[in-house]
Amino acid sequence: MSHVLDATPTLRLPTKAAHLVVAAALLAGVGVWLTGDSVFLGALTAWAVCFALPLWSLVVEGSRKATDRLVTLLVGSAFAIALVPLFSILYEVLHRGTKALGIDFLTFSMRNVVGEGGGIYHAIIGTLLITGAAAVISIPIGLFAAIYLVEYADGNRLSRWLRFLVDVMTGIPSIVAGLFAYALFVLFFGEGVRLGIGGSVALSVLMIPVVVRSSEEMLKLVPNELREASYALGVPKWRTIAKVVLPTALAGIVTGVTLAIARVIGETAPLLIIAGATDSVNFNLFDGRMATLPVFAYASQRNPGIPPEFSIERAWGSALVLLLIVMLLNLVARLVSYYFSPKGER
Amino acid sequence: MAKSIDVSDLNIYYSDFLAVESVSIPIAARSVTAFIGPSGCGKSTFLRSLNRMHEVIRGARVEGKVLIDGQDLYGSDMDPVDVRRMIGMVFQRPNPFPTMSIYDNVLAGQKLNSKRIKKATADDIVERSLRSAGLWKEVKDRLDRPGSSLSGGQQQRLCIARAISVEPEVLLMDEPCSALDPISTSVIEDLIHELKTQYTIVIVTHNMQQAARVSDETAFFNLAGVGMPGRLIEFDRTEKIFSNPTASATEAYIQGRFG
Repeated sequence: MSHVLDATPTLRLPTKAAHLVVAAALLAGVGVWLTGDSVFLGALTAWAVCFALPLWSLVVEGSRKATDRLVTLLVGSAFAIALVPLFSILYEVLHRGTKALGIDFLTFSMRNVVGEGGGIYHAIIGTLLITGAAAVISIPIGLFAAIYLVEYADGNRLSRWLRFLVDVMTGIPSIVAGLFAYALFVLFFGEGVRLGIGGSVALSVLMIPVVVRSSEEMLKLVPNELREASYALGVPKWRTIAKVVLPTALAGIVTGVTLAIARVIGETAPLLIIAGATDSVNFNLFDGRMATLPVFAYASQRNPGIPPEFSIERAWGSALVLLLIVMLLNLVARLVSYYFSPKGER
Repeated sequence: MAKSIDVSDLNIYYSDFLAVESVSIPIAARSVTAFIGPSGCGKSTFLRSLNRMHEVIRGARVEGKVLIDGQDLYGSDMDPVDVRRMIGMVFQRPNPFPTMSIYDNVLAGQKLNSKRIKKATADDIVERSLRSAGLWKEVKDRLDRPGSSLSGGQQQRLCIARAISVEPEVLLMDEPCSALDPISTSVIEDLIHELKTQYTIVIVTHNMQQAARVSDETAFFNLAGVGMPGRLIEFDRTEKIFSNPTASATEAYIQGRFG
């Protein structure tokens, strides 16, 4: 056996070959960039130089390894391209937003502010209240629907319809959700109604399907053996769900819910319609207009006033705050899923 | 504690499919009864029908009678939840609750049903159950560790401790050793011998040596062909089944000529 293996040549590129080529590519790219051409051309040059690696490999190692390296390069490139918009957005928001940030910016509203100064306190309060109320509406409905689908429905006709409708709801454009909420509240309060809670209703229309779907997947992951173990101890079904199934799936459910919140917290269109905009702080979801961060950013950009730069700076600042809130939510979700995940599997 | 089971003419269906046909079997209190037979012959289904666990599957139903000390298990006044409190079960794969500590796993029967028990009583139950399951010495210093931190054999004994902590009358075991190594298996077989003095034990096994070692009586199940219902072929003293079986199918099976 061994002499057969010996017969095949085992020439390999040096282990540092990949690093070497990437370093050379970066140098070439930066060179092109600094000698006056655009960043884009520099990146393109760097990318082209990277193809030296599979070619080199083809000469030394043969076609199989060269193909492997070529595909690795292509997959890596796709990953890098996917990162570009992410980092670009992060850079831009941080770059432009930090200028506006400060204690005043976070603690003042826009009441009676013209030109410089003012803050987004009213919009932060509005976003937190409206999104919080949306979560309070959506989480119980979504979670109980998921429990019904997984634990009780057993693939009956109702559950098939429910699942279909939830899938359809996932694709509802947010403006439609806003119009729905508006139409709903017009029935009770007449034309021109603007209410914070209306925004919550609109957001929960968008949030419920996400909660249902993610919770359903998490509940499905709970092994049937645990349910059977619980039944075999003489535990009724509802207690089994409450005390075995839900705790086991808790980490995943919390993550899903947090992502659903992060998904709706940046919605603009529905809030523009039903929650409206205002310059003052409003703590009452059930009375009058309420400012929110995305709507504030939109309005500041759309009608900056004269001179425009202060308003535009505030728009970027509010975008940054919104981004920070979403990041904080994700961090909390990660912590929760770490501490609540079944012990011994960390 | 420990009750006898008397099954007469039991048919088990999954929707319209007849899975097990007309089984009649008397199981004595404080004895070990083994069910053997080829895969798909309905022995697990039959075992699960003894504490109504098969009802978890949609469309499952039975015809016939199962009497526990004269009490009809399928009587209209019987709640399956009460049945399962009376008749405990240990599964093929160890399934401790991953969110609970070893201590809480043993007390799961009480905790999940929100029974209020004093700390001292709880400690007592945990120690007694773990001692009965032969696990006390190994885990007494780490009761607060997660149940899933134990080895497979220890997890299975934890599941046995959990099943007996609610003091059932009967203990059903569905291939309790099939996922375990020979050493863990022999520990559990010794345990079955000890538990026999307090409980009525019914065990399904694919391992005929195991059936011969642990059981007083053995029931052989077989099916005529794929899609046909499983039937009880022979039920007798274990020595008799393994030395001088009446049915030729039993003899062929225990000699390894089929199945």
